[in-house]
Amino acid sequence: MKKDTVVIPNETGLHARPASMLVDEASSYESEVKIEYEGQEVNAKSIMGVMSLGISQDAEIVVQADGQDEKEAVAAIVELVSEGFGEE
Amino acid sequence: MSQELTGVAASPGVASAEVLVLEGEVEYEERTIEDTAGEKKRLKDAIAKSKKQLEKIKAKVKREIGDQKAQIFAAHLKAVEDPELIKAVETKIDQEQINAEAGVDQAIEEFASRLEALDNEYMQERAGDFRDVGSRILKNLLGLNTVSLAELDKEVILVARDLAPSDTAQIDKELVQGFATAVGSRTSHTAIMARSMEIPAVVGATGILDDIETGDQMIVDGLDGTVIVNPSDAELAEYEEKAEEYAQRKKRLAELKELPAETTDGHQVELVANIGTPADIPGAQDNGAEGIGLYRSEFLYMDRDSLPTEEEQFEAYKEVAEKIDGPIVIRTMDIGGDKELPYLDMPEEMNPFLGYRAIRMCLDKPEIFKVQLRAILRASAYGQVKIMYPMISAVEQLREANQILAEVKEELREENIAFDEDLEVGMMIEVPAAAMVADILAKEADFFSIGTNDLIQYTTATDRMNEQIADLYQPFHPALLRMIKRVVDAAHEEGKWAGMCGEMAGDKRLAPFLLGVGLDEFSMSAVSIPEVKDQIRNMSLEEAEELAEEALSCETAQEVREVLSN
Repeated sequence: MKKDTVVIPNETGLHARPASMLVDEASSYESEVKIEYEGQEVNAKSIMGVMSLGISQDAEIVVQADGQDEKEAVAAIVELVSEGFGEE
Repeated sequence: MSQELTGVAASPGVASAEVLVLEGEVEYEERTIEDTAGEKKRLKDAIAKSKKQLEKIKAKVKREIGDQKAQIFAAHLKAVEDPELIKAVETKIDQEQINAEAGVDQAIEEFASRLEALDNEYMQERAGDFRDVGSRILKNLLGLNTVSLAELDKEVILVARDLAPSDTAQIDKELVQGFATAVGSRTSHTAIMARSMEIPAVVGATGILDDIETGDQMIVDGLDGTVIVNPSDAELAEYEEKAEEYAQRKKRLAELKELPAETTDGHQVELVANIGTPADIPGAQDNGAEGIGLYRSEFLYMDRDSLPTEEEQFEAYKEVAEKIDGPIVIRTMDIGGDKELPYLDMPEEMNPFLGYRAIRMCLDKPEIFKVQLRAILRASAYGQVKIMYPMISAVEQLREANQILAEVKEELREENIAFDEDLEVGMMIEVPAAAMVADILAKEADFFSIGTNDLIQYTTATDRMNEQIADLYQPFHPALLRMIKRVVDAAHEEGKWAGMCGEMAGDKRLAPFLLGVGLDEFSMSAVSIPEVKDQIRNMSLEEAEELAEEALSCETAQEVREVLSN
């Protein structure tokens, strides 16, 4: 299992568009991918799960993956989040 | 048998077509099932069907409306295939042996209520999106119609409790012949949108949802504010005649299009249109608008997830500036009140109309305001753009806003970016305090535009959405008439012009009064322009002045109304 932490830079937090992008990215890997925030853990391939965490700006989240491509999955998601999902 | 209902005439015209009832709760029966494998197969099929429908809608919206709106359906698509949702429903089917309908409903409700429990308004509203998705899967399980506005294929009249901005955004004007809603007033969102799309509408028809089904026939009479469900042949014939008459009158008025708004004794005023987006430009032009007296820039900020960038705003303003051969008054964003931006996470207020809104918010968040001012200034290089600040209640605010504007201009000069150095900067008069100090404001503003919707609301202390006190929301109140005169006089005293951009400007009964007190510019829903022009062209300024004087001496709104209806 591989895991890493990252901080959400987006002003509006993890609203619909970034949450969708995160789910897309997670879904492209074989591994089981999870997001942990304030003690709650959800499936990162579930838009309803990810949004129900209500992650706002400056929140620190843990990305963890378990499976064949766990390393790539965690690295890619951490990069996507830390770069603010390509928003300004 | 036919049934007649009365509501508020919100948008003129007469239409007759089949009814499409929007929304409404989906009803199902919770059952215990034996064949859990079969039930899971039903779920799988319903999800596959929902996915196909959503893909079709998304493609259509993307093609016809744009990427931004299509994003909503991209999110719905992800939700419909959500692995956690499917797992939750399957678990319920397996363990509780309930049918797929009950499973979907309960699972969606669990996710939605988790969102609603968050301390974030934007996320709370997304619960509605999840419920939409749930209701789609449910309808597919039950074999019900799932008509989305984006996939209409025949002429219909929309019937709903109310229409949301996201509904109206998807409307195809060719197919949607009319609206009828159970709630609302002339100034509610649905009414304003119907007028700007020139679709006949009746709002506030209480009880309209009680006995109606998709597929019923309906006549919507947006001239009288009546709705007839399943009309008889005689009623249909009568309304066909009325529709024909209306079409004739419209045709006659259309002939006025190229003529100036000039009285019989040669006094000319300017008739311009209120618009929300560049999509409203053709309507303004078809009705003979000489320019845009109110461009509601807040629409650029609505129905989206984040603030519009300078580039996005610039493109929208530039499009209007290039297409309109005449003045374009861009009102800086009027957010707050009944127009919220969930992504800014604004605190809930006891009295949003008296709260943190419009210029008050802009002066508090200059970083947001500056982006808009830069975009407007850049667009001013492409047409006769003017800036207008909403909700100014004191001269300090005007000064502060102008100070920020001066800073933005200086930045543009340093960057060698072109803009109109002589651009006029005016303000709305919609707060009674501003009307009372109009003489002070007129020294520093280049023009005034009276926003009557809010001015009536604030002057009479009447919530314009509250149906119980609707009769107190009174444009004919002598206080309003005096205030209007005061504002116009104050502007003229300083050699400035005065306009009006509220609903009153498009009310042909008031046109003679406004003309008589010397209003220079009338800005209204484009559809109202021909009628007002007809009125102005058929009277002299002298008559109008006499009438205005008489109206100003009245003691009651009723007397004013009588004087003006003669």
